[in-house]
Amino acid sequence: MIEFQRVHKAYKVGEREITALEPCDLRIEQGQIFGLIGHSGAGKSTLLRLINRLEEPSAGRILVDGEDVTALSPKGLRQFRQKLGMIFQHFNLLSSKTVADNVAMPLKLAGKLSVKEINARVAMLLERVGLSDHASKYPAQLSGGQKQRVGIARALATSPKILLCDEATSALDPQTTAQVLQLLNELNKELNLTIVLITHEMDVIRRICDQVAVLDAGKLVERGKVADVFLHPKHPTTQRFVYEAEQLDENELESDFNRVTGLIVRLTFKGEATYAPLLGQVARETGVDYSILGGRIDHIRDTPYGQLTLSLVGGDAQAAIAQLKNAQVTVEVLRG
Amino acid sequence: MNPFLSNIDWYDIWMATLDTLMMLGGSLFFTVLLGLPLGVLLFLTGPKQMYEQKGFYALLSLAVNALRSLPFIILLIVMIPLTLMITGTSLGVAGAIPPLVAGATPFFARLVETALREVDKGIIEATQAMGASTQQIILNALLPEARPGIIAAITVTAITLVSYTAMAGVVGAGGLGDLAIRYGYQRFQTDVMVVTVVLLLVLVQILQSLGDRLVVHYSRK
Repeated sequence: MIEFQRVHKAYKVGEREITALEPCDLRIEQGQIFGLIGHSGAGKSTLLRLINRLEEPSAGRILVDGEDVTALSPKGLRQFRQKLGMIFQHFNLLSSKTVADNVAMPLKLAGKLSVKEINARVAMLLERVGLSDHASKYPAQLSGGQKQRVGIARALATSPKILLCDEATSALDPQTTAQVLQLLNELNKELNLTIVLITHEMDVIRRICDQVAVLDAGKLVERGKVADVFLHPKHPTTQRFVYEAEQLDENELESDFNRVTGLIVRLTFKGEATYAPLLGQVARETGVDYSILGGRIDHIRDTPYGQLTLSLVGGDAQAAIAQLKNAQVTVEVLRG
Repeated sequence: MNPFLSNIDWYDIWMATLDTLMMLGGSLFFTVLLGLPLGVLLFLTGPKQMYEQKGFYALLSLAVNALRSLPFIILLIVMIPLTLMITGTSLGVAGAIPPLVAGATPFFARLVETALREVDKGIIEATQAMGASTQQIILNALLPEARPGIIAAITVTAITLVSYTAMAGVVGAGGLGDLAIRYGYQRFQTDVMVVTVVLLLVLVQILQSLGDRLVVHYSRK
């Protein structure tokens, strides 16, 4: 478990003080995939690096499994860092070392295992990330996705409980991104690994995160379960991220509204409700006709969801809304 | 007019070549031994680096620049008392090595600093995140990553040292440069001059291609 207590970070640039992160409280539970989203310069990279103290906090306390990280001695800090894994946007592999030697590096630095034990562990890790055939290659000979998998194997070498991901998929193409996210998802479940990831892509959050926090100009402006934040974004920054990810255009939707009559509602289906043949049934029973103005149907991590914007014409609209609410559908009336 | 090459005493040439190689080997060894840590120190305390120390870096930088701006021929003479203290003689191979090292070390240290700056900062960060100590970061990440650059720096330094050994001939260091000055220049024996210059040229060529090969061998990018 990771806990931020009034953690604050400011830099001094000449005479001026620049706030990178305003005092914030945060709680990340063991086994969660926690996503931090924000534009570049929003402070997400700083927040991530505060956890393993690559950045020093200006004030506040950071507790990891009850231990106050901000109070560690230099030696204690090095030992603590050995219990955290970290992967990077540009992989940061050593170009002078082979894949196997890169993965072995944290183990060699820790100096707790024999060469034989290290070799066995490295072989096991490379097998897990599907790179056994590439053990003696150099990073320059690998594709981006393969490099990131080496990065993941290296980060997991010392069996950490927490993995920090710094824009881990931002340099990868969409297909490779999906594979790397899939791998992180599996590792989270297999090892009960806590993953803290930062990204500027809502899609990454939607695919693998349980919880999300939105950072805007050094401030945590929204946080919660991914499903809630993603389907009902409140802060303008969050809304922008969601609309970008879904390629929704508010203005376009607005002009669509003007071309239809009747009640406009937004229905949100989650989980099993997504699969129920609900709309037709409700329409038949209440005599309401509907036209679909917009919609999105996908998965949030492993939960299916659907969100439809409808206009309801004729019949008993209130009864239809009541019936939908009864079936665990969230109904928002956008135009009465 | 004597026929060409008639002034050449091949035994003298051979001994002078050996002297040059010994001066080169000895001074290169000590230059790397002293210059590598100095280069690492310059790098670590430099602007925006791990142990940024503005005052210390400025001072060290000034000392390095001062030594580098001193013409080598002046350094050779100024160093004589110090050389006598270190080696007991200011003549011959042993007498030449201290000024050679003093002249080449700051130059080499700067090249090492530059090579280390080329190392991706992300790699240092990743190594820090593994819980590495400063010593581990230097030995396990910085130096291996900068290896091609450091080999190139050693090559350039070795070639600079070749020309310095020739100059050291002026103060009685021996070697091919000494031969070229005493016979080729002062006695107008053009053939001796030509042979020594050709030998120095060959030596430089060998050093450069050896260095280039090693750089290619260790480059993984």
